[in-house]
Amino acid sequence: MSRTPGVIIAGAAETNEIGRVPGQSTLALHMEAALNAVRDAGLTLQDIDGIATVTTPGPVQVAHALGITPGWVDGTGVGGTSFLLHVRHAAAAIQAGYARTILVTHGESGRSRVGAARMQQPPSSPPGQFEAPYGTLGPTTTFTIPALRYMKDYGLTHEQLAYVAVAQRRWAAKNPRAAFRDPITVDDVLSSRIVAYPFHLLECCLVTDGGGALVITSADRAGDFPKPPVHVLGTGESSEAPMISQMADFTESQAFRRAGRAALAEAGIGVGDVGHLMVYDAFAHVPIYGLEALGFVAKGEAGAFIADGNTEPGGRLPMNTNGGGLSYTHTGMYGMFAIQEGVRQIRDEAAAQVEGPDVSVVVGNGGMFATSGVLVLGRQPR
Amino acid sequence: MPDSQQPGSRQAAKAVPVPTPETQPFWDGCAAGELRLQRCTDCAQPYFYPRPVCPACGSDNVEWFTASGKATLYSYVINHRPARGFEDEPPYAIAVVQLAEGPRMMTNLVGVPNTPEDLILDMALRVTFEERGDVMLPLFTPAGAAGMGQ
Repeated sequence: MSRTPGVIIAGAAETNEIGRVPGQSTLALHMEAALNAVRDAGLTLQDIDGIATVTTPGPVQVAHALGITPGWVDGTGVGGTSFLLHVRHAAAAIQAGYARTILVTHGESGRSRVGAARMQQPPSSPPGQFEAPYGTLGPTTTFTIPALRYMKDYGLTHEQLAYVAVAQRRWAAKNPRAAFRDPITVDDVLSSRIVAYPFHLLECCLVTDGGGALVITSADRAGDFPKPPVHVLGTGESSEAPMISQMADFTESQAFRRAGRAALAEAGIGVGDVGHLMVYDAFAHVPIYGLEALGFVAKGEAGAFIADGNTEPGGRLPMNTNGGGLSYTHTGMYGMFAIQEGVRQIRDEAAAQVEGPDVSVVVGNGGMFATSGVLVLGRQPR
Repeated sequence: MPDSQQPGSRQAAKAVPVPTPETQPFWDGCAAGELRLQRCTDCAQPYFYPRPVCPACGSDNVEWFTASGKATLYSYVINHRPARGFEDEPPYAIAVVQLAEGPRMMTNLVGVPNTPEDLILDMALRVTFEERGDVMLPLFTPAGAAGMGQ
């Protein structure tokens, strides 16, 4: 596949602080992340001619607040994976000549709720009629429902599910910015309080404040920036069901599968070429679904694969090396942080740096297995 | 058709569905003690949730029919952080059931303790209905259990 010149991530940064940041609104977090990313690229806001962010506060608000007059606008808001889709859409726009330097921003006061949007689910909407009446209360009560089916059909044990959190804490221990860094055991996880059986507190992601941003441009400018270029080698996106009850098969994510296969095919690589992996981990079962959907392991094998140590420090497939949504941070739309860690690993600047990965794959989730974007990032162009 | 939640109704604190023109036949069925689904008259595929186009083949030649009310337990969680209106109840299952006709739907499980020991995946269930604001809400109960419903 020869689609030249391709695009690069020329700038990438998070907000100065993540975790509990009550002194900044959602919009201010977007703005700080944007400035940090633009500076990381050695650029100014005047160099930006395209803007992408999620529906709230939206690209119009973010662009206006920063004094950007865009010639390309993307407000795709399909949950926490949206930023991966923004990168994909930005790549297409740059290659079409619609924009030259695109800014993708995320900011969310998920914990402090300063200037944050309230999630609305009208009682006349399909989820309002056919799920909310049964006492759902956000992702902990819906995203989690498929897990028991998977456990019965594929023999995943409670201990293996708990081990996902243990493995990721081992990465977080190496990361000064991670919210939780103290080592934990399977017993610690299983004795933490039950949030929604079979999920315990330590199998559920954090809720934090923070943000991040990216600067995307054409790969023909790869030598023009202070940091090494991160090439976007392949991208994919898909969606499945707007309600968890309508997910086709509770033991696998069709959105992960379709987006992942598209991204790997575009990059022209196989899973054996992947040296670093991020799989959006809102809950402990999600990395299991991600590993299997992209074909890193066969169906039903991911729980044992993680429990055998393959994804933790020293393992052969380093995964969620920032500590993930379970231990690093999770503002609500975590996808931006997964991309940031992929970029850091390719640039050799991660807190828990793995041995020079040439290719990093980032698997995003939106809603409750509702949407997915996947990025293949690399040191070298395709 | 109701256009707002009625605060005076028996369980007003719990979320009350508000039908749309496309879903009204479903809720009319519930009020009559029947679980009504749609199916495509071109490809015969039954489906849920209610909508005017067949998701299998794209046809808009669709019709309503009365389902058996039989189902099996596909998956669930037991929620320990209650939603609005559920505060006075013990931890409760939010379940997805596999209807005998093929589609799946979310529900609550009644007539059985909501514990991991009592809720066994693939157990046989049947529909029952509970008043919720202006509508009757379909719930499921073990197939052998006595009680309300048909």
